[in-house]
Amino acid sequence: MSTATTSSSATRVGVPATTSSRATKVLGWLTLAGFAVLVALAFAWVPEDTRITEQGDVVGQFDAVRLMFVHVPSAILAYTGFGLTFLASLAYLRWRTDWWDMMAHSSAEIGVVFGVLTLVTGSIWGRPTWQTWWEWGDVRQVTALVMVLVFIGYLAVRRIPAEAAVKARRSAVIALVGAVNIVIVNRSVDWWENRTLHQQSTLFARKIRDETLFTLSFSFAVGMVLFAWLLLHRFRTAYLESQIEELEVQEALEERRAEADGADHGREQP
Amino acid sequence: MGTAVFRDAWLIAGKDLRVEMRSRVGLNQIVPFAVTVLVLFAFALDTDQEALRTYAPGLFWVTVLLAALLAIGRSFAVDLADGASDRLLLSGIDPIAVFGGKALAVAVQLVVLEVLLGAGVVLLFDVTVHRYGLLVCAGLAAAAGVATAGTLYGALVAGLGVSETLLPVLLLPVVAPVLIGATRAFQDAFGVAGAEGWAWLGLLAGFAAIYGVFGALSYGALLEEA
Repeated sequence: MSTATTSSSATRVGVPATTSSRATKVLGWLTLAGFAVLVALAFAWVPEDTRITEQGDVVGQFDAVRLMFVHVPSAILAYTGFGLTFLASLAYLRWRTDWWDMMAHSSAEIGVVFGVLTLVTGSIWGRPTWQTWWEWGDVRQVTALVMVLVFIGYLAVRRIPAEAAVKARRSAVIALVGAVNIVIVNRSVDWWENRTLHQQSTLFARKIRDETLFTLSFSFAVGMVLFAWLLLHRFRTAYLESQIEELEVQEALEERRAEADGADHGREQP
Repeated sequence: MGTAVFRDAWLIAGKDLRVEMRSRVGLNQIVPFAVTVLVLFAFALDTDQEALRTYAPGLFWVTVLLAALLAIGRSFAVDLADGASDRLLLSGIDPIAVFGGKALAVAVQLVVLEVLLGAGVVLLFDVTVHRYGLLVCAGLAAAAGVATAGTLYGALVAGLGVSETLLPVLLLPVVAPVLIGATRAFQDAFGVAGAEGWAWLGLLAGFAAIYGVFGALSYGALLEEA
């Protein structure tokens, strides 16, 4: 089916031809403006992270601390995405509506994107700070990797050509088991290496500078707006996709009916 | 009702194991595959007997997991052939019993595989067993964990057309805790590292219990489709 037919059919049944709306436009501009401010804060305002030890050595994350403003919100958005997938899957199994299924799918996709971004930025940050790209002894890093792998598997199931209800039900169970598994993986990796390099709640210990703390909080806010913006667009794309599938089925049915009518006419006048 | 579930589960497990006994796919294909993987590990580690002995527990469990993928895939392929799964559905057997039976059959096959592979590891990698009790308990608990999680995921991907490639992607990250726990317990049992083997046994048993409950509860939802 050509795109032209699709969009004309879509308009015919009253389905919007775009995922954009006033709300997404506002969110989009807010995200862009927020990013501009965040870049300015992160590079111009926040000083590099240094600390002088009792022995007089200068230690710290130095310029790498600026990566935190991408890394930490990414991690939070990834967990938000997977958490939302978990809740939506639970709701799908309870009420069995397409809305929850599409919500689970959309948030999982966004979760994986931010999960990968978390791993990549964490790795880049680890090189100058921990002198290694990857630290197997770090519980959070290993857990995040397994979590992303589990949800990549989830997205693989979503891409299989199968009956919509079958796919939705199986995906929902996979999301539930996957989310529970994150807890088990976290605990087992923690016992596996009883040490962690990760920053232990510097946010509350107030070891963190005021400028850094403010910029970090600001990056959370920008991240949340970005998340809402992406989720709206992705959800609407999922909805339009489902509408196209329905239209295709309808058109195929109409074609079959027309063929049957034609055959009947042929038989009436031999 | 309670005893009926156990009887039906026993029936299903017996059926799956009988199919395996007669087809001999496990013995003729899966076991040779697993032994080949052990040999490949030895090639990869370059005849270093000391390295092989040190890493034997991890290599053993990676091999078991790879072979388990084949056993689980086969357990569901047998059911899908000739519409046997539809008849299973029509038989009215409680889904919990079907799940329990299939998981039990997979677990039995895994234990047989572990015994054969264990002999292979002792012979090829030159390890000595220090704590037999721990070895047996960890082997059983890990088999139960892989079998319960594997049966759940096997049902999730069954009949989707791409189950051979999908099962590893979904199952392997999920059984990562089993690999960690079983490897640590075996390190203790083989005396290659001072791990607290019995504590790790708790993780393995917990994993098996969680997936046993989860699988039993969700199996009905997965079976309801034809």
